[in-house]
Amino acid sequence: MNILNTPDERGHFGAFGGRYIAETLMPAILELTEAYAKAQQNQEFQDDLQALFTNYVGRPTPLFFARGLTEKMGGAKIYLKREDLAHTGAHKINNTMGQALLAHHMGKTKVIAETGAGQHGVATATAAAYFGMECKVFMGVEDISRQAPNVKRMELLGAEVVPVSSGTGTLKDAMNEAMRYWVGAVEDTFYVIGSVAGPHPYPAMVRDFQRVIGDEAKRQIMEAEGRLPDTLVACVGGGSNAMGLFYPFVGDKDVEMVGVEAAGIGIESGKHSASLGAGEIGVLHGSKSYVLQTQDGQIQEAHSVSAGLDYPGVGPEHALLKEEGRARYVSIKDDEALNAFHTLSRAEGILPALESSHAMAWAMKEAARRSKDDVILVNLSGRGDKDLETVLKHMERKGA
Amino acid sequence: MSCIKNSFEALKAKNEKALVGFVTAGDPDFDKSVEIVKAMCEGGMDVLELGIPFSDPTADGPVIQRSSQRALSSGMSLPKVLEMVKIVRGFTKIPIVLFGYYNPIFSYGGKRFYEDALAAGADGVLIVDLPPEESAELTSLWEGDDFDFIRLVAPTTGQDRMKQIADEASGFIYLVSMTGVTGSQGLDSSKVADVIAPLKAVTDLPVCVGFGISTPEHVKAVAAVSDGVVVGSAFERLIEENLENRGLHTMVQEYTESLKAATRG
Repeated sequence: MNILNTPDERGHFGAFGGRYIAETLMPAILELTEAYAKAQQNQEFQDDLQALFTNYVGRPTPLFFARGLTEKMGGAKIYLKREDLAHTGAHKINNTMGQALLAHHMGKTKVIAETGAGQHGVATATAAAYFGMECKVFMGVEDISRQAPNVKRMELLGAEVVPVSSGTGTLKDAMNEAMRYWVGAVEDTFYVIGSVAGPHPYPAMVRDFQRVIGDEAKRQIMEAEGRLPDTLVACVGGGSNAMGLFYPFVGDKDVEMVGVEAAGIGIESGKHSASLGAGEIGVLHGSKSYVLQTQDGQIQEAHSVSAGLDYPGVGPEHALLKEEGRARYVSIKDDEALNAFHTLSRAEGILPALESSHAMAWAMKEAARRSKDDVILVNLSGRGDKDLETVLKHMERKGA
Repeated sequence: MSCIKNSFEALKAKNEKALVGFVTAGDPDFDKSVEIVKAMCEGGMDVLELGIPFSDPTADGPVIQRSSQRALSSGMSLPKVLEMVKIVRGFTKIPIVLFGYYNPIFSYGGKRFYEDALAAGADGVLIVDLPPEESAELTSLWEGDDFDFIRLVAPTTGQDRMKQIADEASGFIYLVSMTGVTGSQGLDSSKVADVIAPLKAVTDLPVCVGFGISTPEHVKAVAAVSDGVVVGSAFERLIEENLENRGLHTMVQEYTESLKAATRG
């Protein structure tokens, strides 16, 4: 199969993807599919998006050679794609500006979103404020308590944060609730999904809005090193920052791609978020992919110290990249991610998001094992300010 | 001829509309759930929709979400739902339609599900999140046409799409009365009539209407323009409010009788 030609017109990435949704949502999804296809062909839409990326989001973000960290690890050169420097502090803004622009073109006046760590919620609230749209953000009660600063940011941006207490009160439940709300409000409301998950066209559309990360990184590493990197590394919850980085490199067979999932307190403990590493194929939130589930097909609770990775599913295109052997997926535990947070903070003066700290942790271990001629490019998907409370709590617990 | 088709024809001959009752299998536990279904049958229900509990029911409102949670907490699973169908089949001949989300069925295995559901005595299935675009992966595993696949039509579904759905459906068509999740308020029976007309133009299958129906008055108004009505959240609300009440069986039976009376023309 030619993985570059996916998805097909019904949104299938090989055996994955698709549109597993209730009929009540189907007309809205078909309308969105058509509107997005038109927007892709519309030069004015593309120009508007580029202008937003440049003048509002702050693109291109730098590709930074982490000299201090590289010396500390004593192996491969480590480059960081600085999505933490994009407006609102994470890659999420690329996608929300794209989707809000599309909503605007479709004449929708309201947007809704789900959020775990709050970064996607903040980015959606920001885009809604920019376009003058009403915004509701669904967020699990558990996440509201561990991501309080982002809740305040969303409110300051004019969004209503809707607490979701059903299920486990985390990202998957917020997504369930957003879908339920959308069913009753499809006429004037656009659902901004935050990852390369959900029913077609979301996985492909979010990837397309995020591929700017990989497109820029490719140009920037050619300028810096005169060649492509040996390895790309990105964290994977739903998988949008990883897909954005990987996608432009999929055809470059010599570039290794590594997605880092959250091993939580250990895969063997059952408390983790490693859908690709330890899940089974299943259907969740409108698409077929790898899902954490019980033997009876009930969705299992995910766990990660990072709210943004705490999701029991993963984007269907990642499932395909795994199955085709084009990307490999590894996992990093909570403690390792927290250590990486401290290492990067001290070595480079950059506080990474706990999501990105998972990618950093794997990249550091790997760099130490590699030759000094190797180049590892890590997507630093977001900044760590939102995670200070979590980090400090863990430091206290360890008596540091 | 399928059991579902037979039932609708028999009702038509009596000038009655179908009362379709939904409950989540295993809510609040296996034994009580069987008793509740028995009470619904004794109350005169025409078709049983038995919910397969799921952890993430995205098309359902809070009442049915909680019923799913109670059932799962009591240890319910798809194999146990099939066990329950066998028991229910022991005391009633009315059609039994399984109702649920795709993942538990996918995980069980599509062919195995078909064989075991038929063997248990079920007559069909409605899978909320398996639209016509994706359903061939399941139905192509089914050998006979002895197991009906009931499909949903929404008020937002256009007529071309209605035809596409109707062509793939069997048993009956489940028309959602309004946009929103199960248990939503604001039933407007005149709007329901507006959606039924174009649907009837593209299918000969019976059309049953669900969502937002909880009183005999609702049933009467909707039955006047359809072939049947589906009541779900209202049953679950009654169960939830009377979990410890020994009179629950009688209450369910009487409530069913009051709804059924409203379907007689």
